[in-house]
Amino acid sequence: MRDTATPRGAAGQAIAHDSAERQVRGRAAYVDDIREPAGTLHAALGLSRTAHARILSLDLAPVREASGVVAVLTAADIPGTNNISPVQKNDDPVFAEHEIMFHGQPLFAVIAETRDQARRAALRAKIETEPLPQATTAAEAQAQDLDYVTAPLTLARGDAKAALAAAPRRIEGRMKIGGQEHLYLEGQIALAIPGEDDEIALHVSTQHPTEVQHIVAHVLGVPAHAVVATVRRMGGGFGGKESQMNLTAAVAALGARATGRPVKLRLDRDDDMLSTGKRHDFDIRYAIGFDDDGRIHAVDADFAARCGFSADLSGPVTDRALFHSDNAYYYPAVRVSSHPMRTHTVSNTAFRGFGGPQGVLLAERVIEEIAYATGRDPADIRRLNLYRNGQLTPYHQPVEDMILPRLLDELEASSDYRARREAVLAFNAGGTHRRRGIALTPVKFGISFTATHYNQGGALIHVYTDGSIQLNHGGTEMGQGLHTKVAQVVADAFQVGIERIRVTATTTEKVPNTSATAASSGSDLNGMAALDAAETIKARLVAFLAAAKGCDPSEVRFIPEHVEVAGEPIPFEEVINNAYLARVQLSATGFYATPEIHWNRETGRGQPFYYFAYGAAVSEVEVDLLTGENRVLRADILHDVGRSLNPAIDLGQVEGGFIQGMGWLTTEELWWDDQGRLRTHAPSTYKIPLASDRPKMRIALAEWSENPKRTIRRSKAVGEPPLMLAASVLEALSMAVASVADYRICPRLDPPATPEAILMAAERLKAGR
Amino acid sequence: MTRNHIRFLLNGDEVTLTECGARDMLLDFLRVNRRLTGTKEGCAEGDCGACTVLVGRLHEGVLRYDPVNACIRPLAACDGCHTVTVEALHGADGSGSLHPVQRAMVEAHGTQCGFCTPGIVMALYALWLTNPRPSREEVARALQGNLCRCTGYGPILDAAEAAASAGGQEADALMRRRDEVARALAAMRDGRRVEVAREHDRAILPGSVDDLAAALMEHPDATIVAGATDVGLWVTKHLRDIAPALFIAHLPELRRTDVDGDTLIIGAGVTWDEAEQMVAQHLPEALPYWHRVAGWQVRAAGTVGGNIANGSPIGDSPPLLIALGAEVTLRQGDARRTVPLERYFIAYGKQDRQPGEFVESIRIPLPAPGTRIAAEKISKRPDSDITAVAMGLALTIEDGRIATARIAYGGMAGIPRRAPTVEAALTGAPLAEASFEAAAQAVAQDFTPLSDWRASADYRRLVAGNLIRRFWLSQPEAQREAAE
Repeated sequence: MRDTATPRGAAGQAIAHDSAERQVRGRAAYVDDIREPAGTLHAALGLSRTAHARILSLDLAPVREASGVVAVLTAADIPGTNNISPVQKNDDPVFAEHEIMFHGQPLFAVIAETRDQARRAALRAKIETEPLPQATTAAEAQAQDLDYVTAPLTLARGDAKAALAAAPRRIEGRMKIGGQEHLYLEGQIALAIPGEDDEIALHVSTQHPTEVQHIVAHVLGVPAHAVVATVRRMGGGFGGKESQMNLTAAVAALGARATGRPVKLRLDRDDDMLSTGKRHDFDIRYAIGFDDDGRIHAVDADFAARCGFSADLSGPVTDRALFHSDNAYYYPAVRVSSHPMRTHTVSNTAFRGFGGPQGVLLAERVIEEIAYATGRDPADIRRLNLYRNGQLTPYHQPVEDMILPRLLDELEASSDYRARREAVLAFNAGGTHRRRGIALTPVKFGISFTATHYNQGGALIHVYTDGSIQLNHGGTEMGQGLHTKVAQVVADAFQVGIERIRVTATTTEKVPNTSATAASSGSDLNGMAALDAAETIKARLVAFLAAAKGCDPSEVRFIPEHVEVAGEPIPFEEVINNAYLARVQLSATGFYATPEIHWNRETGRGQPFYYFAYGAAVSEVEVDLLTGENRVLRADILHDVGRSLNPAIDLGQVEGGFIQGMGWLTTEELWWDDQGRLRTHAPSTYKIPLASDRPKMRIALAEWSENPKRTIRRSKAVGEPPLMLAASVLEALSMAVASVADYRICPRLDPPATPEAILMAAERLKAGR
Repeated sequence: MTRNHIRFLLNGDEVTLTECGARDMLLDFLRVNRRLTGTKEGCAEGDCGACTVLVGRLHEGVLRYDPVNACIRPLAACDGCHTVTVEALHGADGSGSLHPVQRAMVEAHGTQCGFCTPGIVMALYALWLTNPRPSREEVARALQGNLCRCTGYGPILDAAEAAASAGGQEADALMRRRDEVARALAAMRDGRRVEVAREHDRAILPGSVDDLAAALMEHPDATIVAGATDVGLWVTKHLRDIAPALFIAHLPELRRTDVDGDTLIIGAGVTWDEAEQMVAQHLPEALPYWHRVAGWQVRAAGTVGGNIANGSPIGDSPPLLIALGAEVTLRQGDARRTVPLERYFIAYGKQDRQPGEFVESIRIPLPAPGTRIAAEKISKRPDSDITAVAMGLALTIEDGRIATARIAYGGMAGIPRRAPTVEAALTGAPLAEASFEAAAQAVAQDFTPLSDWRASADYRRLVAGNLIRRFWLSQPEAQREAAE
């Protein structure tokens, strides 16, 4: 007998991902697994082989003559606009027409009977170009005086310059932070199926079906109502399918329009890595004012970002870097400015944390500088400078929900941080080539889209007469367990077992005008919207039952698998069937808009975030000073998800985020050559963590935490914040390096801390630099 | 008598194909032709493992299942093998229940996006079949060829342990059908040459090594394909034509490892995995190095012979094998010759192999007792990464002095090669820190490395010397010196 106190799978239970069984059987369908309609054609992209050049001629005759080729598409074949910018700037063509802006930029597409034929044909183009001056890095772009891809932002509070001048001590420095490739295991893919007249239906691996709908409509020159975009699940997204699927979707749609046949475009991994954007790398110059106690007086910093050739999402990404340049620390006076630089590289984009992680790293560098300058444990400098409730962020939003002191106390104790730091210091005092480091770093992450209007969600629920429930909402499933969590919310609302609920593919036909599943907002927005829909249906049932039984509505209660009416439990399916017979509507939409938030970019003031999510990690590492080889030995994490909707899924997000962040900061290196070519363009050369890189981990959720804001069941967002827990790995590596100069010099170890970066930093410190 | 079709087992079916090109890969056949879409393409270069399937084959009468990357597994090379995909995996009761590995993955929350999952399930299944009680380290090693971008791996490692605890191997469908499958595969091996093609794209599977020698005389410029872990990428990434292609991995004569007096012999078709036992027994110092070569799927398909024959400057085996004084036996028709491995590599992209000639075996002299051996590899990621710098080292010691020194590096020049100045600095020198310091400093005279995405020239030079310093530090004499 199952415990009937709560139905199986209701919110708060650690149930498995709703697709887990299908996934382990190989039966979970991704876009490439959908049975193709007869006559489906396959597309391949023709990519540029230079970084910046004028196109003199593009001879595609050899491509057209290749075996199996049905059509070749260029900019001239686009019926609508040759633009896939997610921010409505006309700077992001489907196909470059006159000027090549990065190595790997699509110039044309081939549509052929088979994928192999399309790929082979694409290699036959004859392209004549005239090279133009090129800037690969943000610094090169600044030196060449290239323009911003989007408007920069400055956040300021107090007089940072004056406070710096007045501060007892001052340090200036520079930090370069590498980018990151998403390396979602399922690459970009779209299948476009033409319908009647101008209709087109797409199956796309995307975090943002509405964006696909709009972009395809614009590119084809048809109204949005002619386009349907659908996604059941992605094989990973991480931000890489928030706007970057636009290319794949647009080309598949153009191919379907041109040929009248279904067209699939599945990018080869190398083409995917060359032609779609990544996490922004940053080049930050900073000045810090502080005192001998280690208290921060002022921070002044310029964040130059390699944005690539177009704006894409670089505006909000570089904004968010500034929003998080304080991490968890109060800056009495601050000025931080973004410099979103145009470079001749692929246009950088959203990636888990969306600029926030780079801001957090600067804040942690500030702490490190002060700690090494004052000879203190960086953990103490962190504690000293933590926000206290009521203090203002650089964007003038007061921090009101600070829980880090308790979180840090608990983690310090549970990880035995103090004793282990002593042990590390003793180990290093042995003076061998093996050194250790340990670091405790906090995270405070603002939750909400900073573009306020994105903070809305929609849902659609149908209850069928057999008591089964179909649930649809505007969020997309990329592995994060969103569908599971939202289903749990609905199971809880109706008090039915989760097996009654089927979550269907996300589609623009069911819930329109959705926001991207991004900014960690998936369950906040869509969970609330689904709850709204469920409550609408429940209210109708209550009214019906109260009237039918002649009781007060307050006497109608939803109890497990039943509805209790005036003390009498009626099975759920009986209630539904009776309601149907009584002509009660059993379908409802739901909607949610996050309250309270506002943001004025002109003044740099507002309340862009509904709340903050918190966490902290302790990482311990060992480094070989002869080679720079290193290992993360152990990581302890205490993370805040408010009241968890599903602890198993939340723990999975925390661990996965940490390891992904660890990869970003250690082994994952994007390397462009002097021709502006990305040479780490496949997993053979771009190294994400393996199972053997995972340290011993102890992960816990702060079970006492409850969101003070009225979020869905008082939970907190979890997608992005844990990534930044990996800052503890970088800081620990830095400490191991610092040991060579007796911890008197801040190592300024810039990520990714590859073995080479570590060894070269250690050599620099040994030389006293 | 040539056979003009390939035949193999796929899950429960026998498959016969008359049309099969050298470039056809198993993964496309599974997904497109058979609609077995559980096996995924993540990278098409053998680095992510999303396409992992099991391939069973007979070796010296024993049926052995290995995890293999279907994306770079030539379909032609599946002749006479049993391919098992995730769709065939199920619980022992036959009611459509989950296999213990699958159940453990669900219960441990080992899936998120799920795209890597079928490949991980198959790698864990291969482990579960071959190692019922794996340590955590062995599980992580079994997963070196599988990327997961979502979970952080903890739940997957837990699932492997839970599956091991669940046991049930004797009831597993594959185990129960072992004899039946072995008989079926044995019946498929007729010793005939197989020739199949798709239009001009021709694949040849010689019937024996002698037939290989003959076929290569007929087609002196043919592409020789062993494990296809490199050639596979020529096809999937560079879209190169490789026809006519001569497949050799199925030839039992090339798959042998032998000890002939003082010499270890590794046939050209021996995989990294198959050679591991010999390494463990005779070259235990190199075993950790061996474990860092690629992932399991690549070690199960890729060959030591191919790693040498392709002439890469960053192949994992040459530095160690050159240090050990290995030789390569080359064969052309019935003629054989043996060259020292270091002389096989002539220049970048150029090896001492004539048209019509093939690498038949590698001969490694057993190190004399007391020889100090080291194998080191530097890469950005510890496991399954391409080498930035690799070093092989073998020193013989007499009366507290270094009698002979052979030291070779990979990643430091256009070919893997010895470091003459380093060797000279050590030869005859006392077994003491100063000798190794001098040797470390000599590296700069032997090499002018390049900067690329794996490492800068400065780092390569520095670390190449430091590997010698670190070798010294690992020696008992150094530890004794330090204690004094």
